[in-house]
Amino acid sequence: MNILVALRMVPDVVEELEVAADGKWLDLEFVRMVLSESDDHALEEALLIKERQGGKVTVLALDAPDLDDVLFSALAKGVDRAIKITGAEKGVMTREAAHVLARVISNVPGLLPADLILSGTQAYDDLDGLIAPLLGHELGLPFLGIVTKLDVDLSAGKARAVKEYPEGVRGEFEVALPAVFGIQAAEKPPRYVPVAKVRAVMKSQKIESVPAPAMEEVGLSMIQVLEMSKPQVSGHAVMLQGSPQEVSSGLCAILVERGLL
Amino acid sequence: MAAEFWVVVEHWGNRIGEITYEALALGREVADELGVPLRAVLLGHNVKEMAQSLGKADVLTYVDHPLLSEVVAETTAEALVQLMKEEMKERKPRGVIVPLTNVSLGVGTLLAARLRLPIVNFCKDLKVVDGKVHAKSVLYGGKMESMVASDVEPAIFGLWPGARKAESGRVDQSPPIEEVAVSLREPPIRLQRYIQPEAGDVDISQQEVLVAVGRGIQGRENLELAETLAKDLGGAVCGSRPVIDQGWMPLSRQVGKSGLTVKPKLYLAAGISGAPEHTEGMKDSALIVAVNTDPGAPIFNIAHYGIVADVLEVLPALHEAIESNKGGGKHAA
Repeated sequence: MNILVALRMVPDVVEELEVAADGKWLDLEFVRMVLSESDDHALEEALLIKERQGGKVTVLALDAPDLDDVLFSALAKGVDRAIKITGAEKGVMTREAAHVLARVISNVPGLLPADLILSGTQAYDDLDGLIAPLLGHELGLPFLGIVTKLDVDLSAGKARAVKEYPEGVRGEFEVALPAVFGIQAAEKPPRYVPVAKVRAVMKSQKIESVPAPAMEEVGLSMIQVLEMSKPQVSGHAVMLQGSPQEVSSGLCAILVERGLL
Repeated sequence: MAAEFWVVVEHWGNRIGEITYEALALGREVADELGVPLRAVLLGHNVKEMAQSLGKADVLTYVDHPLLSEVVAETTAEALVQLMKEEMKERKPRGVIVPLTNVSLGVGTLLAARLRLPIVNFCKDLKVVDGKVHAKSVLYGGKMESMVASDVEPAIFGLWPGARKAESGRVDQSPPIEEVAVSLREPPIRLQRYIQPEAGDVDISQQEVLVAVGRGIQGRENLELAETLAKDLGGAVCGSRPVIDQGWMPLSRQVGKSGLTVKPKLYLAAGISGAPEHTEGMKDSALIVAVNTDPGAPIFNIAHYGIVADVLEVLPALHEAIESNKGGGKHAA
């Protein structure tokens, strides 16, 4: 089984985010980049399928700060091949990123035919489209998103996929392969890999660098961000100040007043 | 060629999703500002009667096909592609609102990609500026907002829940219906069955007090702090997505997009950042108290009271404060 996983680096939203001087996008100079959370789950799901049924897992990502650490970590977790796509325009949006990824998937030997192409179901900054359906469109493959479980029957050329609906309901789908899946959550939490193992992999394995192919189509996004800002909110919480004990007794008084205690 | 503004109706499990009415309320405002009719697009099978609550629209296009009885993004997008290719000859939609929910996710992106149209995701508002539709989108887990425009029309607007009140988009009268046929093939993706949630030990949607934990709880071993506090307050614990994904709590305790919507008298959000996917499930709680180490966490924008601190310190302190309050109360009596 040949499994591809498209990964993306996104700003770590736990950190303070600032708007760039042009007022249109994040100031990327000081933000810490991390693997998009649902992409981490897509990677884990690929590794779980490989462990169950065998196969080869390749991860691909557009170059970004700290990407090498993420790719070496993926190799240490059991990924067979890690591809870094270099030279793509900085700050490229999702629609063009999907176009570049699809061209690399089509051009680099050994990637197609793939049985499964996985990515996270949604990233924080998928402003001009979601990557998984875009990859499906670019590669001419069916797409299913918000997936939390995948069982592959390779001999029958199909997979059973579980997708989340609202209110805790899930739907079980039969999907003809190959197909693109947007993973919401893996069947188990993403595994932890010890730093020592990542260091060992850095010495023994290589990340392949592939230059981004020339864009066959430009202006794919067709949208312009006029302005970015922190949310202007109509209200804000009344902040309770002091030690944990002080805020707790303050809160207690509020709960008593409201008849909640 | 007459211009219009369009809203795609979302329905699931034989009922119209709240997002549809929210989208109609917003779409009505945009259409009025543009001075064009509002068209609702209803795709499904034997669901024509659903038009009866869609009177907010001036006109409704109804597409009936057996393959549209359930939303499969591939198929729904294909039906919309055919419809728009055909209809765009006659009418000129200035924009199309497509719900961005667990039911419809992917439909907007596929539609935009196939028709080479722009899409703006995560929209929480639309407004008309100089005769053009601008979208306000929520990015980075609610930490940033952006105003977005496009020179190409129609743009697809992927709408997130909560843009308008659903009540204001529901009008119990059917708009005039125009039926359009599409030709669909058996898709490579087929829904086999729905899996209903396992009945949880506790129905969190019925609780008056909820202590909700998020990533800030750090480990399963700390859940006890929240459980103790929930007991103090006569409520139950629930969680945001990361806690459920870690397997620390069952799916029946999840609040937000894939989980339940709750409206308790007290919602204590402990270590929850307040991403839109979570807040759509709890924003209407009567009293929201948030504890988070990040003063910029979006949860503080909807909470009534906020505490910037580590939940691992505040939860035990609050437990003690409640204990001594109860003790004090007894003495006083």
